[in-house]
Amino acid sequence: MIRRLVPGTLTLLLLGLVIGGAFAGLVRAAGTVDYGGFLQSPYARRVVTFTIWQALLSTLLSVGPAVLVARALARRAAFPGRALLLRLFGLPLVLPTLVGILGVVAIYGQAGLFNRLLAGLGVEPHQFLYSLPGILIAHAFFNLPLATRLLLPVWGAIPGETWRLATQLGMRSRHVFRLIEWPLLRQVLPGVGGIVFMLCFTSFAVVLTLGGGPANSTIEVALYQAVRFEFDLGKAVQFALLQVAICGILVAAGQRFVSDVPLTPAMQRPQDRPDVAGWGGRIVDTAVLLAAAAFVLLPLAAVLRHGLAGPIHAVIADRALWLAVARSLAVAVAAGLLATAAGWGLLLTSRELRLRRYRPRAAATMETVASLVLVVSPLVIGTGLFALLSPVADVFAIGLVLVVAINAIMGLPYVVRTLGPPLMRVGEQHDRLCASLGIAGWNRLRLVEWPLLRRPIGTAFALTAALAVGDLGVIALFGTQGTTTLPLLLYQRMAAYQLDAAAVTAVVLAVLCFGLFAVIERGVGGHGPR
Amino acid sequence: MLRFLLLFALALGLFSAGAASAETPTLTIYTYNSFTSEWGPGPAVTKAFEATCACKVDWVALEDGAALLSRLQLEGKDTKADLVLGLDTSLTAEATATGLFAPHALDLSHLKVPIAWTDPVFVPFDYGYFAVVYDKTKLPKPPASLKELVEGDPSQKIVLEDPRSSTPGLGFMLWIKEVYGDQAGAAWTKLSPRILTVSKGWSEAYGLFTQGEAPMVLSYTTSPAYHIIEEKTDKYAAAPFAEGHYMQVEVAGRIAGSPESDLAGKFLAFMISPGFQDQIPTTNWMYPVSDVTGGLPKEFGQLVQPAKSLLFTPEEVAAHRKQWIDEWLQATGQ
Repeated sequence: MIRRLVPGTLTLLLLGLVIGGAFAGLVRAAGTVDYGGFLQSPYARRVVTFTIWQALLSTLLSVGPAVLVARALARRAAFPGRALLLRLFGLPLVLPTLVGILGVVAIYGQAGLFNRLLAGLGVEPHQFLYSLPGILIAHAFFNLPLATRLLLPVWGAIPGETWRLATQLGMRSRHVFRLIEWPLLRQVLPGVGGIVFMLCFTSFAVVLTLGGGPANSTIEVALYQAVRFEFDLGKAVQFALLQVAICGILVAAGQRFVSDVPLTPAMQRPQDRPDVAGWGGRIVDTAVLLAAAAFVLLPLAAVLRHGLAGPIHAVIADRALWLAVARSLAVAVAAGLLATAAGWGLLLTSRELRLRRYRPRAAATMETVASLVLVVSPLVIGTGLFALLSPVADVFAIGLVLVVAINAIMGLPYVVRTLGPPLMRVGEQHDRLCASLGIAGWNRLRLVEWPLLRRPIGTAFALTAALAVGDLGVIALFGTQGTTTLPLLLYQRMAAYQLDAAAVTAVVLAVLCFGLFAVIERGVGGHGPR
Repeated sequence: MLRFLLLFALALGLFSAGAASAETPTLTIYTYNSFTSEWGPGPAVTKAFEATCACKVDWVALEDGAALLSRLQLEGKDTKADLVLGLDTSLTAEATATGLFAPHALDLSHLKVPIAWTDPVFVPFDYGYFAVVYDKTKLPKPPASLKELVEGDPSQKIVLEDPRSSTPGLGFMLWIKEVYGDQAGAAWTKLSPRILTVSKGWSEAYGLFTQGEAPMVLSYTTSPAYHIIEEKTDKYAAAPFAEGHYMQVEVAGRIAGSPESDLAGKFLAFMISPGFQDQIPTTNWMYPVSDVTGGLPKEFGQLVQPAKSLLFTPEEVAAHRKQWIDEWLQATGQ
């Protein structure tokens, strides 16, 4: 059935067209560029060093504590509120970045809770934000919960016999860590660290809002400023190529020693470990969990509190807000639909290659190509398309179309991750039955695939739509008065320090994001058992 | 699934509804965001002009003056602007060179601008002098010169604006250049530890300052008048600098080939009439370019009068701006 190869090929073609087009734009604009001089300029070097340095520190500050938090969660497998805490730790992944930043400002700003606590202790209030510490705090806020969730399955992978043996041998907590937990963690940490590093390396909104000037610019911010402030496409292209080159090197280096990170949560059962009962461990775990919960929840609570206390009527009555909401909704649903359809198509073809044509290599390559998208940042693609299209089209007029396209591409890896394994399972289990009953094409889709895959499809669609709702990078590049989306509106209010109006807008954005997620997940995924 | 398509359709519907526009001619003006804020000149000026023109004024507010030029360069001939208000003389030569602007064809001989005005394209609408504005309660001894600012205590912070996006930021960069010449890079490096943050535009910087995040901000000698008149407080003052103050003349120009070219021309004429100029001292907090009804508010008498004013010609800035910005990036990025 050659037909089954069509959807994946089509997806790859489209992907190639957009990304290839972006790179063509970059390369063509780059023809006139003096690379040696650029790389030697102290500014470029400073930007590159700072980008790597902050990403490194952010990774250490996110993954280090995440090990402690995950260990505490693994040791305390059944305290009230554990499931809720884990769910809340999932929020920062879909939370629009700006909303999180606003929360961080509310807690750690000049007049924030943290400084008031310090003042209570007699310590001079300190200005954390607008420099490296602010960036690090915000990055840890987003990535500590993510790293915790990625690390937790490690403990699920330890078999019960190991614990019984450890108990018989009378192992203490530090022995358990050194002999049992660490060898497993060591396999997974490079992968988790790599993901967090990449996210911080390409972070845009955090550095833009909390950076405070050229001393703290990352490559992403520098290329945005080169386009929007300096009208210097040559400079932007240089930064974009630099970004791609460094990410490429990092990923290539990472592939060599990174083993696959288990993303599916393993079965959570109370573990019979020898070090759960001791009081010392209990106190440490309680402290770690309380601190982590406070670190993640306080900023979220602060946004909600400020938002509800803010000028709700004035903000809600503003027509600009509802136009922005409508645009954001349209962009998110369109990007989500596009990403889900494209990812599904790609996976159908890769399954065909794997199960029927016995070409697992080709299938794996297809899936990897889709995941590699994470390496090119949306701003790099945006800059490339800008350079390619600006001579022939009004890029600001088609800005929202570009936002949809780029966000759909950015969502592709999530679709492949979410939908891939169940799709493969359905193929393995039902291919033969379908073949013997002669169910194929539309009927197979309707009778077999859709009922079994509804739930993961719903999740993939919901996730990609929610991520697109929060997009700031692409819209910052292409946005104008007539195409302002909700995150851009929020950014403008934050940039003008209208913090009260911003807080209300942030709550609207958070509600839109989580509401959209819930509605799509339920509406498309149905109510069936998970 | 059906529910979802409905939602989608609804979203698209809202989307297109927003795009529908009115029948009356609309004059689209690009400007910086503090001009159109509720306490800026925007609302009153709009009302006064709309009363005479049977048209609608649509303001598009960008970060700050210098961002206006980059936006125009990005949009090129496809720009939606009919008129651009808020560039200054540091940018007029480059703006003219884009070929996007049309001559104003107005007689400007009666205007009271402190420099001889010969520009055939841009019309000045106000002027002022950049200054470091400080909070007297937090900074009893403000710097008395640019040199003292550069070399002073790094724990006393200042909020500056980005010269790539903001005309005050650009003005301050030129001020340092005028005073320090070849040593400007070194001066910036010396100053960097005092900089709390570099914001995109004047309103962000001034917002941070009034919220108490820093005791100093780069603004204008006229800014304290706002606090004296509107807030009845003399808590904020401008620091007179021994080297003199850099001057700013703010201008507007109309876009060549815009469909509302006549309307834009009318707006330029209105801009130098009392209907517009009367608003300038107490809403944009700058000096007007013509006599205002009833004269300047008496509080303007309390303001710092620069002993000497500094200004590069538009051509000098145009020839070096990119190079000087790179110098600034290198020096502050360390």
